[in-house]
Amino acid sequence: MEKKPFERPLIKRLNAGMPGKFGIHSHIEPLREIDGVLVKDLIAEHGSPLYVLSESALRRTFREAYQTFSTRYPRVQFAWSYKTNYLNAVCNVFHQEGAWAEVVSGFEYEKALQNGVPGSQIIFNGPDKQEKDLRLAIKNGSLIHIDHFDELYMLLELAGQGTGTPKVAIRVNMDTGIYPRWDRFGFNYENGEAWEALNRILLSEKLELVGLHTHIGTYILTADAYRAAAAKLASLATGIEKKYGKVIQYIDLGGGFASKNTLKGAYVPGTDAAPSFEEYADAISSALIKSEIKPDNLPLLILETGRAMVDDAGYLLGTVLANKRLADGRRATIADIGVNLLFTSFWYQHEVLPAQDVSQHTEETTLYGPLCMNIDVIREAIDFPLLKKGDHLVIKRIGAYNMTQWLQFINYRPRVVMIDEAGKPHVIREREDLVHLIRLEKVPEHLQSPKQKKQ
Amino acid sequence: MIRLKKNIAISDTGFVFDPSTGESFNVNETGMQMISFLKEGKTPEEITALITQEYNIDPLSFEKYFQDFMEMLKQFNLLTEKKEV
Repeated sequence: MEKKPFERPLIKRLNAGMPGKFGIHSHIEPLREIDGVLVKDLIAEHGSPLYVLSESALRRTFREAYQTFSTRYPRVQFAWSYKTNYLNAVCNVFHQEGAWAEVVSGFEYEKALQNGVPGSQIIFNGPDKQEKDLRLAIKNGSLIHIDHFDELYMLLELAGQGTGTPKVAIRVNMDTGIYPRWDRFGFNYENGEAWEALNRILLSEKLELVGLHTHIGTYILTADAYRAAAAKLASLATGIEKKYGKVIQYIDLGGGFASKNTLKGAYVPGTDAAPSFEEYADAISSALIKSEIKPDNLPLLILETGRAMVDDAGYLLGTVLANKRLADGRRATIADIGVNLLFTSFWYQHEVLPAQDVSQHTEETTLYGPLCMNIDVIREAIDFPLLKKGDHLVIKRIGAYNMTQWLQFINYRPRVVMIDEAGKPHVIREREDLVHLIRLEKVPEHLQSPKQKKQ
Repeated sequence: MIRLKKNIAISDTGFVFDPSTGESFNVNETGMQMISFLKEGKTPEEITALITQEYNIDPLSFEKYFQDFMEMLKQFNLLTEKKEV
């Protein structure tokens, strides 16, 4: 006779009449497969932990967002925010879908060029643009978004050196009615600094002012903030047209759309709290269309949506290393996914699901990573099924920032796999190894071991 | 010898009631079986033999879950050290 599957024994105290901190218990449905590929097969072939990206989800989200905006506003262009996930395969999915590149450093700029993005379709943001980066960007006709007066003056200097006329926009920060108010990027709207910068550019006649940009914040939960931002940029555009007869070619509202992840301390899950693309699109397009910009001069609307575009397409697969009890009897589960691989666990309550069948029994669990560090906590308290050593788990919505802000720490960074639209997995970044990691190290001769001297 | 408190009531549907404290608990299938065996006064060795015979688990792996479960029973004050008559 076949033996029954073993579930570890569980006893839970019942608190009649007391609302549980997890609310009404709902059954946890395992996530056994991603785009038709079994999680256990992926781990068997590529190891654990493992990052998995769904090409279908990337394309679906992009198309949905583009469709939503382009049906509400006549001219829309998306630019892929490299810092959110600059693995080449991911960038190229978005470039194939028609996205330009939005970069914030010389490194990202080089990467975009290497991915075949024409210089004129690269938006160069960020406070750190080195002189050599700017020279290259000017030569390639890229769109340089000026962050501060030091950069503006450096561009004025470079413009006189025969490298061509820099195509520029200014970055504008402003009060959009939300907290925190980001005032560190660009020039302030309310105190007149933005207008001053625009005057400086237009009076110089050395720079070609092509656009206006803002990046109002991140994980913005109210679409109205974008309405306010779009209206303020539109008023700058009409002011420029009135004073200089200059028509602004584009308005770039940056990124910051929320994904469906749940922020720590939030009362409602992200799936309910995050505005839809429709809400953002309605707010932005109606503000631009209702503005005083002449209908014939409506600027191109550029969006640099990163998080909301890629988060849902990413999964992090892992394996349970151990179960233990904490001093007060609480359950702790240690998985092979550390915070160094899941940077976003510092601000999200990530959804963690088992990858195999589980019973309806759950237990309040703290989910730890494998690092020998007290901060290595993936979830402080999660109502979790009774997983055993060797069982697999899946963390959802991890596509944004984790594959750029990850740290090589204590162990190698794992493989990244992308499942194509036909359901075939492709390795898009290899697992690191010792050769890769020590390639940049140098050991002074007097510190070399005899073995190293021989090599 | 450590035993389950004598007056613990167990229902067929996985509820455990401790009349001395008024607290109730729920258990999963394996937890239920183990509590029943403990109530019957079975030894750890007997329980291990019975569980490993019925479920897909080896005695060594079971030992850690058994220990963990006993600790939880202790935490919930469901065990007694006195031999009850």
